[in-house]
Order: sequence, then structure tokens, then C-alpha cells
Amino acid sequence: MKRLIAGLPFIAAVIFGGFFLWGLNPDRDPNEIPSVLISQPAPAFDLDPVPGLETPGLARSDLVGNERPVVVNVFASWCVPCRAEHAVLTRFVEREGMRLFGINYKDKPEDAVKWLNDLGNPYERIGSDLSGRTGIEWGLSGVPETFIVDGDGTVLFRYVGPVVGPDAVERFTQALKQAGALPKGAAS
Amino acid sequence: MRQLIFAFCIGLFPFAANAVEPDEMLADPVLEQRAREISKDLRCVVCQNQDIDSSNAGVARDLRLLVRERLVTGDSDAEVIEYIRARYGDYVLLKPPLEPATYALWFAPIAFVLIGVFVGGGVLMSRRKQEAFEDLGAEDENTVSEILRQNEAGDAS
Repeated sequence: MKRLIAGLPFIAAVIFGGFFLWGLNPDRDPNEIPSVLISQPAPAFDLDPVPGLETPGLARSDLVGNERPVVVNVFASWCVPCRAEHAVLTRFVEREGMRLFGINYKDKPEDAVKWLNDLGNPYERIGSDLSGRTGIEWGLSGVPETFIVDGDGTVLFRYVGPVVGPDAVERFTQALKQAGALPKGAAS
Repeated sequence: MRQLIFAFCIGLFPFAANAVEPDEMLADPVLEQRAREISKDLRCVVCQNQDIDSSNAGVARDLRLLVRERLVTGDSDAEVIEYIRARYGDYVLLKPPLEPATYALWFAPIAFVLIGVFVGGGVLMSRRKQEAFEDLGAEDENTVSEILRQNEAGDAS
């Protein structure tokens, strides 16, 4: 009994030390919210196109039945990081053959049209989510967010925040490759 | 004096300010009250230590509107919370649910208190028992005198 009590501080130190060691991991992001969507079917939604844009609208049915997994990017013209991310996504579409769909989140149509005219439009389809309700269906916490959706409508991957910078691009590329969202033999 | 009181009242305005804006509120006070209570149990996913009732984030506002909309369509409180939990996960609940993954969270404090009482009580009891001894018994008495003698011999050298 005495020996047990004498050992208690040591045990406590090991437990707390282990906890601190875990907390020190630089890759751990305490703000990260675990997504419930991963490996779950993508939510049902049906969005009209952005008025003034020739790109058609986006519904869940557009995400299923594709040959390869596709990417859904939630963006807005008022979102500054989206502007930086736009170039990265465009490169993925043009050079790697990624298929990209967009959800224009709580954006004024005229602003979205101007934004896409200025920067170019890499999106095959864009749904206008004026109310933000589709965003909630996707469990959105902010823009930009990017999802990879499998051909059967399963969400494979979620990236919160802009895919900008070497680390983020590397993670995203890995996810794309793992999902098989890039065509074989693409220039990369 | 009247001016002073007026200034004081004006000064109170910032404290009365609330995240819930008038245009969000429901006309039915009962439903509105339920919406407020539900909102206090839901975490804002942007400013993560705030409930959506007190958060000014855009998503929090959308979720407040959603909560009210569901209530109006006749959902129970539990159904509303389940609806949002299905989209944002357990993380959105400020009070974690009781399930196998959270047993440690819920029961560890009780377990630690019990361990503390048990260990502390054990130590106190054994100490009290020692005090009750008056006679060491012949064998222990011999051992003690033997040790004492050895100590004295050690000191002397």
C-alpha cells in the first residue's frame, strides 16, 4: 500500500507528461473541428446558377455518377483568401485535369460575376447559395472550404481554409491522388 | 441630476446589446424562449468557445435562424439539436453526449474523487491504528533495542 502511494506522483507525472507531449505536436491544430461528412454521403442540395453567369447551377446529382471523384469548392468574392486559392485551383484544373464545381456562398451575383470575369472561371458548374443554407448542409464553418466527392456521392476529403502554400497544396495533392481524382498520365 | 441618470442609462446600452437581432426573433414568445435555450447549448463553429446565442459570426446567425425555422415547423427541442448535430457533429454540442467515447470525460472526475477519498482515508486510518499501539510485544521490543544498540555503537566509532 505504501509503495503504491509512493508511486502515485510518478504515475501522475507520466500521465501529465504524456498529455503535454501530445499537446506539443506542431501538426496538431486545436481549432480543427472533426468533420462528420467524411465517408458519409454528400448532403442533398439543388442550387440555381449565379444570375448573369453562363455556368450552370449545381445540385447533388451533378456530383454523382462521374468517372472520377470531383472537387467541390465553396467560395465567395468577399473572401480574401479565396482570391489566393483561386489561382491554385485553376492550376489544378488546367494542368492536372481536376474537375471543379463551385458553391458561391452568400455572395451578391454581380460581385461573383465580376470576380470570375477578373480572375477567370475554372468551375464547371456553380451553384449560388445566397441564404447559406446549403453551406450548413455541408457543415461549413467558413469560406473557403474544399471537398472531394466520390462518384457514388461519398465525401472523401475536406479541407478547411484556403489551399494555399506548399504544405496545403501538398496535402491537397495527396488527397486528390488517393481519391483518384486526377486522370492517369496527367502532367504533374 | 436627470442628465446624470440619462447618461448612466445610455452607458448601459452596450451591455444590453445582444447577438440575437430583432429581425431574427420569433413572434411567439414561447417558441422564442425555446430557441434561446437551444441556442445556448450549441457551439459556434467559428468562435469556438461561444454559444451561437451570443456569437456575432455569420454562421451562428444562420444557425439561429435555422433553429427557429425548425421550431416553427413543429420540431421538438431534441429534434432541432439532432438536426444540427447531424451536420456539424458532436463538436457543436456544448454539453458532450454520454456515450462510450466520452465515458472518461464524464466519469474520470468522480473516479478521481473516489480514489482520493479511498487513498486519503486509507492513510488516515492506518495512522490512527498505529497510535493505538502501546505495547510492541516481546519480539519487536527486542528488535528495537538491538537496533538502538547498533546505532549507539555506530555513533561511538
